[in-house]
Amino acid sequence: MELETLVRELNLKVSCAAGSLKREVKGGYVGDLLSDVMANSKEGDIWITRQVHQNIVAVASLKDVAGIILIQGSEPAHDTAAKANAEGIPILVTDLPAFEIVGKIYQLIKP
Amino acid sequence: MQESLKFEKSFAVEGGSFQNAGNVSGQIKSVLKDLGVPKDIVRRVAIICYESEINIVSYAKKGTITLAVTDDAVKIETKDEGPGIPDIDLAMKEGYSTATAAVREMGFGAGMGLANMKKYSDHLIITSEVGVGTCVTMMVMNVQKLLHPDLPPVNLR
Repeated sequence: MELETLVRELNLKVSCAAGSLKREVKGGYVGDLLSDVMANSKEGDIWITRQVHQNIVAVASLKDVAGIILIQGSEPAHDTAAKANAEGIPILVTDLPAFEIVGKIYQLIKP
Repeated sequence: MQESLKFEKSFAVEGGSFQNAGNVSGQIKSVLKDLGVPKDIVRRVAIICYESEINIVSYAKKGTITLAVTDDAVKIETKDEGPGIPDIDLAMKEGYSTATAAVREMGFGAGMGLANMKKYSDHLIITSEVGVGTCVTMMVMNVQKLLHPDLPPVNLR
């Protein structure tokens, strides 16, 4: 599923890199430990986290994830947003907690 | 290894600079992609590079990460001017960490860094001197694993 469709279906707020939503979402990964996400996320995953500092952009870029969803209405830090826009890494925001947004995403993209 | 060297470069990493953490790993990933290194190798090197970079940023004053690419392997060598590791066996245990609360709040310091570096490399050597610094050499083997995926990791010792 295209990231753009996910944004529309789940009513996500596009916080960064609005021009980079034509990416394919192949799966997902949930985590706030950056080493865990670094080791276990896959290319094309949508990454759900509540970390908002700029190191999430580096991890997302290194792992070629499709985008980042911040939960509970968390907004990216100012420098995070700047970096994400510069590198074209979409950051999306949901008001839902992780459990609920993950359940909805799973229903939409499960094989 | 020397005769088939395709690329070698050292990158400086500044201690404490979380705003730049990941930049060197990104540059190394780009180099490997440009050299046509297989995707799975690039993925593994990106992980061990990023963990190395975060370790230098988290603990050391400064350090370097050196990338060497041959036909057979990708070698990552890190050297830092940091506190050193008094007990390497203990530091290698997953979950063990001496990271500060501030570092942990960012989602680092869960004691996964060195464990990931070991898991995603075929060979890892750590030498460290307390009060001086730490060197880590990691190899990710290329051709052997591609041709014979069932082979165990090559032991260079």
